[in-house]
Amino acid sequence: MSGLAAHLPALQVVVPLFAAPLCLLAGRAGLAWLIVFVASCLATATAAGLAYQTFQHGTLSYPLGGWAAPWGIEYVVDTANAFILLLVSAISTVVLMYAPASVDREIRQGRRHLFYCMFALCLTGLLGIAITGDAFNVFVFLEISSLSSYALIALGGHRKALTASFQYLVMGTIGATFFLIGVGLLYMMTGTLNMADLQARIPAIQDSRPVLAAFAFITVGLALKAALFPLHLWLPNAYAYAPNVVSAFIAATATKVSLYVLLRFTFTIFGAKFAFLDLPLHWVLLVPAVIAMFAGSFSAIFQRDVKRMLAYSSVAQIGYIVLGIALSSAAGVAAALIHIFNHGLMKAALFCALGCIFHRIGSVRLEAMAGLGREMPWTMAALVAGGFSLLGVPLTAGFISKWYLIEAAFEAGLWWLVVLVVLSSMLAVVYVWRLLEALYFKPVPEGRAAVAEAPLSMLLPTLLLAAANIYFGLDTRLPVEMAQSAATILIREQIW
Amino acid sequence: MLREILAHYNYWIVIVLMMTGFYIVVSRGNLVKKLVGLNIFQTSVFLLYISMGKVAGGSAPILDPDIKVYANPLPHVLILTAIVVGVATTALGLALVVRIREAYGTIEEDELDLMDDEA
Repeated sequence: MSGLAAHLPALQVVVPLFAAPLCLLAGRAGLAWLIVFVASCLATATAAGLAYQTFQHGTLSYPLGGWAAPWGIEYVVDTANAFILLLVSAISTVVLMYAPASVDREIRQGRRHLFYCMFALCLTGLLGIAITGDAFNVFVFLEISSLSSYALIALGGHRKALTASFQYLVMGTIGATFFLIGVGLLYMMTGTLNMADLQARIPAIQDSRPVLAAFAFITVGLALKAALFPLHLWLPNAYAYAPNVVSAFIAATATKVSLYVLLRFTFTIFGAKFAFLDLPLHWVLLVPAVIAMFAGSFSAIFQRDVKRMLAYSSVAQIGYIVLGIALSSAAGVAAALIHIFNHGLMKAALFCALGCIFHRIGSVRLEAMAGLGREMPWTMAALVAGGFSLLGVPLTAGFISKWYLIEAAFEAGLWWLVVLVVLSSMLAVVYVWRLLEALYFKPVPEGRAAVAEAPLSMLLPTLLLAAANIYFGLDTRLPVEMAQSAATILIREQIW
Repeated sequence: MLREILAHYNYWIVIVLMMTGFYIVVSRGNLVKKLVGLNIFQTSVFLLYISMGKVAGGSAPILDPDIKVYANPLPHVLILTAIVVGVATTALGLALVVRIREAYGTIEEDELDLMDDEA
């Protein structure tokens, strides 16, 4: 590899990072949008290039600034994080296509270029978390993405956005600080921050108390960031009151990246033997995951605000992903990764469709949305595709996730888990049905003027995401093959 | 036994500060006090890193033929980054508190919850 291709790992993070101050200098919304959009397109191309390179040459290592690991910060790209990078940057690009019309409607003039600046920083943070091979660097990028997402959420139109953002700030900071404590304890014991180096040095001292404490702090901190039940309290309000563009982007990517870090630490750095055989991580993750599946779906049923409904559904879906991780087999981790990808697609499609509705009627409450099915047929088609995918109806991406998850549970001999997955999906039927009922079978509320279809610039990206939900339900090669090969890379020691 | 406990006094300070900060975050309803608690919580972690880099009798890490033993500078550098992050978090948190005060007229959590439930 030569020239630019050799520096793709650095460019993956540097390009969006540079876009942020340029937005600030641009000062105008249109120009700022163009800068972030180009940066995001470049990031997607970079991620695709990196995925191709890992496919060709295996794991890539990039010493940042020429300082060799383990002293310098090393960026490591393998199939696992190339998969995450691809998801984050692709979702960001599609959401940005959708953004201008939505941002013009929801964010006050004079703040729009700042919005794009924060968006670029959030993207930088998420990509950085995924690509870095240095434990402390994860913390830095985690905070870059978190701080920018607190600001993005606070830009929501309703005043509750402010309290939601503050709550997220407090809980997010506690989560990140827990992670920092864990990394500090590991450094104390091993004298290194490089992930590969940590992996080599931990087994010798894994029974010492600081290492056990570090593992606990890191797991809890990341679970907080990933909104695993019962640490999900920040999530519903944050998603419900954020601007629609932000809900779509963060719901599809932010918690997923934290789950990826959890996978990396659990399976690669500490090792499955330590986490699942010496320590009871299996139950520690399984029980909250199952409760999340039910409690999230159950709370979603009672929401009248559809954004809040989808936010609670996210809590349940994170439960499914963590369930895959808790199975601790290659099949389980692959199922978790497949669902990370598919859930990103479905939540992005659904939140974008809701953004279209908000753009036209200024509300996403069930009663306000009554009878919209006839007036906004294309938006509704996207909403239905996303909703079916959420349920796991065959021929949608959601079905593929559930299929692999159930297969992994069977392989582990946990048939009762299969029953629980199916039962909790039934709960999802209830809330998705309530949504469809309102859209198609309820009369139009009195006094609502005729509603036009959403503008094309918003509709097309929404339909693109909805189509992706169906496409990846039919042609499953990309997510399934990448997830399966990623699972074998992540798990350094098989325990089953 | 007592010697061992006293020898690790830096960790005791860290733990006490950490729990104090955490308790303030959970128990106080005033948003500014919550941020103060969050700051104390973060500061305890800074101390954990800084004290772990100290080598007994070590000097500052300056290249000089007279200096044989020096403290590990890496945790100190790391924590500079974390301090910056902490400052940014506090600034953002306080900015949010100002906005909340403008929008609601109060920064007490129970009153905010009441107003949110009514809406």
